[in-house]
Amino acid sequence: MMGPENHHPFEDSHVFASREEMENLNLDDNDDHNNHSGRSQINSYAEDYRSAMSSISDLHHPLSSSPSLAPSVVVTRSDDSNSNNNDNNNQNNHSDPLLSPPSPINSPKAPPFSDTSYLDPPSYADIIFSPSNGRSPSPSASSTSEYIKITVADPQKEQEMTNSLVPGSNTYVTYLITTRSNMPEFGVSESSVRRRFKDVVTLADRLADSYRGFFIPPRPDKNVVESQVMQKQEFVEQRRTALEKYLCRLAAHPVIRKSEELRVFLQVQGRLPLAPTTDVASRMLDGAVKLPRQLFGEAAAGAVQVHEVVQPAKGGRDLLRIFKELKQSVANDWGGVRPAIVEEDKEFLDRKEKMQDLEQQLSNASQQAEALVKAQQDIGETMGELGLAFVKLTKFETEEAVYNSQRIRSADYRHVATAAVKASRLYRESNAQTVKHLDTLHEYLGLMLAVHSAFSDRSSALLTVQTLVSEISSLHSKAEKLEAASSKIFGGDRSRIRKLEEARETIRVTEDAKSCAIREYERIKENNRNELERLDQERHDDFLTMLKGFVVNQVGYAEKISNVWAKVAEETSGYAKENP
Amino acid sequence: MISTQRSLSGSLQSPRSPSTQPYLSVSVTDPVKLGNGVQAYISYRVITKTNLPEYQGQEKIVIRRYSDFVWLRDRLSEKYKGIFIPPLPEKSAVEKFRFSAEFIEMRRQALDIFVNRIASHPELQQSEDLRTFLQEDEETMDRSRSQETGIFKKKPADFMQIFKDVQSKVSDVVLGKEKPVEESTPEYEKLKHYIFELEEHLAEAQKQAFRLVKRHRELGQSLSDFGKAVKLLGACEGKSLGKAFSDLGTKSEALSMKLQNEAHNLLMNFEEPLKDYVRAVQSIKVTMADRANAFRQQCELAETTRLKEINLDKLMLMRSDKAGEAEYEYKELKAESEEATRRFETIVRLMNEEIVRFQDQKTSDMGLAFHEFAKGQAKLANDIADAWRSLLPKLEACSTDT
Repeated sequence: MMGPENHHPFEDSHVFASREEMENLNLDDNDDHNNHSGRSQINSYAEDYRSAMSSISDLHHPLSSSPSLAPSVVVTRSDDSNSNNNDNNNQNNHSDPLLSPPSPINSPKAPPFSDTSYLDPPSYADIIFSPSNGRSPSPSASSTSEYIKITVADPQKEQEMTNSLVPGSNTYVTYLITTRSNMPEFGVSESSVRRRFKDVVTLADRLADSYRGFFIPPRPDKNVVESQVMQKQEFVEQRRTALEKYLCRLAAHPVIRKSEELRVFLQVQGRLPLAPTTDVASRMLDGAVKLPRQLFGEAAAGAVQVHEVVQPAKGGRDLLRIFKELKQSVANDWGGVRPAIVEEDKEFLDRKEKMQDLEQQLSNASQQAEALVKAQQDIGETMGELGLAFVKLTKFETEEAVYNSQRIRSADYRHVATAAVKASRLYRESNAQTVKHLDTLHEYLGLMLAVHSAFSDRSSALLTVQTLVSEISSLHSKAEKLEAASSKIFGGDRSRIRKLEEARETIRVTEDAKSCAIREYERIKENNRNELERLDQERHDDFLTMLKGFVVNQVGYAEKISNVWAKVAEETSGYAKENP
Repeated sequence: MISTQRSLSGSLQSPRSPSTQPYLSVSVTDPVKLGNGVQAYISYRVITKTNLPEYQGQEKIVIRRYSDFVWLRDRLSEKYKGIFIPPLPEKSAVEKFRFSAEFIEMRRQALDIFVNRIASHPELQQSEDLRTFLQEDEETMDRSRSQETGIFKKKPADFMQIFKDVQSKVSDVVLGKEKPVEESTPEYEKLKHYIFELEEHLAEAQKQAFRLVKRHRELGQSLSDFGKAVKLLGACEGKSLGKAFSDLGTKSEALSMKLQNEAHNLLMNFEEPLKDYVRAVQSIKVTMADRANAFRQQCELAETTRLKEINLDKLMLMRSDKAGEAEYEYKELKAESEEATRRFETIVRLMNEEIVRFQDQKTSDMGLAFHEFAKGQAKLANDIADAWRSLLPKLEACSTDT
């Protein structure tokens, strides 16, 4: 669309624009930013981040056709979203100008700055990077040409059909989720469904059950309080964006993208059944139903059922199991007898510690990145206001000029005003890119939650195994006691023999459960291991991309800004002092 | 960075032949904190180099403090009505910053410019008060200064004038002539309007300039914090990526320093000249007030004289005894009235000259300030580009290792 030269549509129009146009444009931009400067005073850094992000979506980024936060994200690296770029990137034909070393890196550096000389057209000023250049916000899929592209749009209010106690009280929002994919599991290449947020919660819970040990991208928050504080529209829009990001991240996960749960969510028409509620009342009900059997019923019924072993103990259904596992964990913590199976994997413990360390540093870096973005935004804003003040001065002096010295000064004001306005725009554009690049930090910080989950899947699986082991050992001692007692009575006691047989049966069942639990534990360990490797690899790549993107962006814009001011220095060089 | 010797119109300087060409150059240097506690203050060395006969010798060094400068400004304001007296930096500062290095340096620079502007002004440079200021020993200076202190800095004659002013105001009110007499030539109206609006525009520009200084400092701080955080993050990552983070963090910290330096540069060479401009405009407003006073006095005295004349004619017609006395009073009043007219006309004449000089001066002052501003910003941006660019080869190398 544009030539590879250093041409910026707004810049061009302003070099030749009348002062009025410049002033008006300034005022518009000022208004945009006045709205955000209030918000960005708020303390929580999430708020700053959001305000930074929203100020970007307000920006008319002249270099991309779509708003900066591209609603659709293409997941694989090979299928790069260059179609979104209308920038004057002269590397347009490459999928990733950063991966294939672009020539500018090798081009000669700009000459050292001197007082009155113009800077030569600098190396990076020609390249303006938009976010998706080779950088996917989430870990990429494998190198096959499979893709899933998900969009979330069109929020609609709907009524809850049941529960007509208070008519119209239960409204909720549904979103149109469109999926395009060439994956065989999906059948059709495109499908659209309507889903509400609760469906997403259900999906997340199901995935958590099915994919223990995996780093499952965390779902968006429920945000109960926020939804009451924010304007409904704002909240819905924020949620829409968050949902899209979430689903795309799921689709980017090499294992989860193939899950049935995800496919059903994305494709099956009509309302999805909600998961059994986990509110306290129903939990108690569930538990109360089971408890009598557990406490008073047959011994075998008290044993953990084999199939249940592959799930962690959940509220309501597994009260007894929860008690037992709690007892075990207390026993673990307080020492005494060391459980038979412990977390011995030294390597894992190291990695875990490293993850904790990483999380801490990520959190810190993420916060400082937000502060940096804000500081850059502020300096851009103030520069713009300064420019505006000088625009007014130019106008004023020209109108009121009586002496020639005033006209000369007015021209000088105009040079400064033009430069300040240009510089202000450049700061803001640069910052819009910086936000996207440094967003990687934020993404990985979010991923740490998934890591926590996966690690706790592992510990709870281990706990289950440990509990079963100690149960088996206590069952054995019970059985031994029964044996000892019945051997004393010649001929045996009918009821005692029966009890012994039951005890042995319980032991067998429990042994089966234990084997199952061990298998599950090993499986989760394996998942952990694989995911850690994947995380390390992808993190390395993504961080590298982030650093490069950040640096190249800074260089490019710094060079442009330098040019802008060098021009003014040139224009005012006549005033320079003779003796420096 | 601003030289202590300004080449202004009508300057006496000439580097070529100091012995033949008359010159007067002053520098305010070497601020030193003296005294204790609440009474602590800063003293400056004022060095005068001149070959003018009115001065004692080629070089003279005296010690002065801020209130001495204020004394000089006040004396000149008294005696040279119509001339835009160069402005002084503000009196008070927040206690915390009163002795900060930056504040002291800014004040020193402003005081230096102040004295030099006086020394190069064709009229002001001949002032006896200037000579006192530049040459008298500290005790004499202290004495002169304390004689002027107190709310009533006016001489007895001025008291009378104030009294008369009040009287005429009262009589005006009584007579229903409430509106104060004001000059209203279209040219002067335009000038007044210009000056008042100019002050507003300049104040806004100065405010933004000051904010920009602050923003630079804030950005510097956040670059420093970001650098540190990035380095710590790099420690979690291994090998080449960790090194890349570490290098990035180091660069970020280095840039933080550059930003702090530029903030200082901006403050001294861009914001301060803008503030100086605002002060100059405020000084013009003082002169305008003087002019308004002079105009009013001239009008009032002219009116009073006219009435006196009418009265005298009446008395003479009546061959009254009081005629003689009345004639004497009338002659006195007439002289005063002519004096007031002369004063007013002098102010008008001086102002016309001063405005031209002012406009020229401001164009070159601002031109220089803009040049420094643009230079500083360009250099900063260039340094930023260089710093980040230097990281790229290493980042490239990173991606080649798996």
